[in-house]
Amino acid sequence: MIKFSERHLKIPKLSRPVYLVTAGQSKFGRAIPEKRIEELVVDALTMAAKLIDKTPAELKSYIHTAYYGHFADHFGDQLLGEAVIHDRLGLDPLGNIGIKTGGATGGSTLWEAVKTVASGYSDCVLAMGWERMDEVPTDEGNHLISCAADKDWETPLGHIYTGYYAVMAQKYWQVFGKEEDSFRQTMAEISVKHHGYARFNPFAHSPMKITTDDVLKSPVVAYPLRALDCCLMSVGAACAIICDEDTAMELTKNTKNKPLRIWVAAGSHTLRPACRRDMEIPLLPNETDDQYADLGKRFPGGDRYPGFTGFLAARMAVWYGYRMAGIVDPMEDLDVVELHDAFTISDIQTYEDIGLRPYGYGRDYVESGDCYHTNPNTGKPGRLPSNLSGGLIGCMHAVGATGIMQTFEIASHIWNRWGEIHEDSSLWDDFGRQKPDDWTNLQVNDAKKAMAISHAGVGSHVTATILMDPDHLLKEED
Amino acid sequence: MSMFGTVTVKDGKYRIKGDFHHISANIPIRNQDNAWQLIGVTNPRDMTYIHTYGGEAVFFENLSKGKIHGTRCDNPDCEFKGTVYIPFRIHCPDCLAKNTVVDLTDVCRKTAIIHTFMVCERSGAFNTLDKPIRFINIEFEGVTTILMSYLSVGEPKVGMRVVPIFRMLDPTYTITDLSWVAEATPESALPKGFSFGH
Repeated sequence: MIKFSERHLKIPKLSRPVYLVTAGQSKFGRAIPEKRIEELVVDALTMAAKLIDKTPAELKSYIHTAYYGHFADHFGDQLLGEAVIHDRLGLDPLGNIGIKTGGATGGSTLWEAVKTVASGYSDCVLAMGWERMDEVPTDEGNHLISCAADKDWETPLGHIYTGYYAVMAQKYWQVFGKEEDSFRQTMAEISVKHHGYARFNPFAHSPMKITTDDVLKSPVVAYPLRALDCCLMSVGAACAIICDEDTAMELTKNTKNKPLRIWVAAGSHTLRPACRRDMEIPLLPNETDDQYADLGKRFPGGDRYPGFTGFLAARMAVWYGYRMAGIVDPMEDLDVVELHDAFTISDIQTYEDIGLRPYGYGRDYVESGDCYHTNPNTGKPGRLPSNLSGGLIGCMHAVGATGIMQTFEIASHIWNRWGEIHEDSSLWDDFGRQKPDDWTNLQVNDAKKAMAISHAGVGSHVTATILMDPDHLLKEED
Repeated sequence: MSMFGTVTVKDGKYRIKGDFHHISANIPIRNQDNAWQLIGVTNPRDMTYIHTYGGEAVFFENLSKGKIHGTRCDNPDCEFKGTVYIPFRIHCPDCLAKNTVVDLTDVCRKTAIIHTFMVCERSGAFNTLDKPIRFINIEFEGVTTILMSYLSVGEPKVGMRVVPIFRMLDPTYTITDLSWVAEATPESALPKGFSFGH
């Protein structure tokens, strides 16, 4: 679509307030041969129950329907794996359904769960996501991932998704990055940041204390992208419990979790980047009509939108989401975010799509220090810290679980429980991981509003999950 | 002795011949770290799919004849009438009317330039292209979309003129039968089996 009707641009409205009550996750790793998915899923649900001082059986007694995010059936070689998990969780004969939207599967699972509660169909919904990407070697895994591209027009070309994705990175690198060493350095800083934050996260798959030199010397995957610019392929599970107000209050009574208001909005764009057609930039509340009139002059080649440099699906997810939740300027209105850093460069592209910076200026979000827990330029708290979990580069990308992991992370800041959860030495021991001597509490002080972006492949599906402390809403209820 | 699976269509039905799968034994996976205890098994899988190109078959057939076909919306009631697509779209994405198949070979020869590219050092299982793979995305005059393909001769640059080449000898009838080379590449430099299609 290149032209919207008024109906297309209706601001979505939830029929009643919806709340995130608790969440949980398993350990994430490249391979977890000692556990089946059902064991990881039980770990996640057990943790979610524990955070609200419930037994799994007590929490299960509230669940009315279940949404399962699991993208790649062919990785696990099990169709209808959702039915297996539903049975193993002892939730039969409740209704359940599987959700598949590539890398956005976790976010889409939450999207469905929220709508189910908003509609009144259910008062308590389980949103559970997982992925098992360790049951084929890397070459075969690359082929299976490439099957998420167009099977006739793309997949036969190398059977490698990087090739379909990285052409967009190349375009952005040349047009907006201007092939500058300083831009390449900024990309590397994102990797250093995300692997570094992962060191303080016991769940994380790839904690690393590295420098930008390490990133710039890592093997080239597809120039300018190097191995340390790329996200992980992980195994693991994450879940969230979504409720109406009465159930949320009952479940969290006398616990440390405050129910958080939740909104999820979604956008999409063609699976095949080749089919992107030129259109006007849909503007966010913090942008103006004439803002991009001379974008092509400032950045030669940058006048084609979305071209190969923007993710229209991300833009549309927040276009709806910000208006649903009353967000005008995400830099001012949000306290912490988790973004889908599939690659360092796509992280920068996303800053622009979601309005953290105008198109063409995404790098400034890193270079200003705004994206850090502690701004390295000033020593003060970052203005809007991102990916304190380590993100997809440092923490995990277990596809169906990723968007839910991100939501768990941002919720833990608003609950003011990030330190308690991530510091727990018994968790580090259980996961067989060494807690670093310089472990640092990355809790964002006084966090009240947060967002997670869940993104599929070349931008075919994107969701924006927004959480707020219900006592700090930005918008009066309609 | 096994035989590759082959398929034809007769009377509107698939007629299949040969083997479409091969059976191999499961092999136990044992844990070296824990007294070689069983932890799982391998599940070998070798299977041939049957796939129809449907309304796109004309595109893949004609690559082997040195032709590139796209489509155009000719619905007089469509707001976007006249829009030309390559990759091929069977139906107009706006009005959903069936598009007209158009021969874009000359347009491709005369106007193709690289919009963006990627030199990829890696590939996935089943890859048949030489590495590194030079992915290119190509703009054409009068065409609204940007085709992804691969460059066989030359080093890609944004804005570079390229011309199509076709695997007319032993075609695979897949998108890999179409490739591109830098403008002015001599025929003698083309990969085996490929020609300019003139």
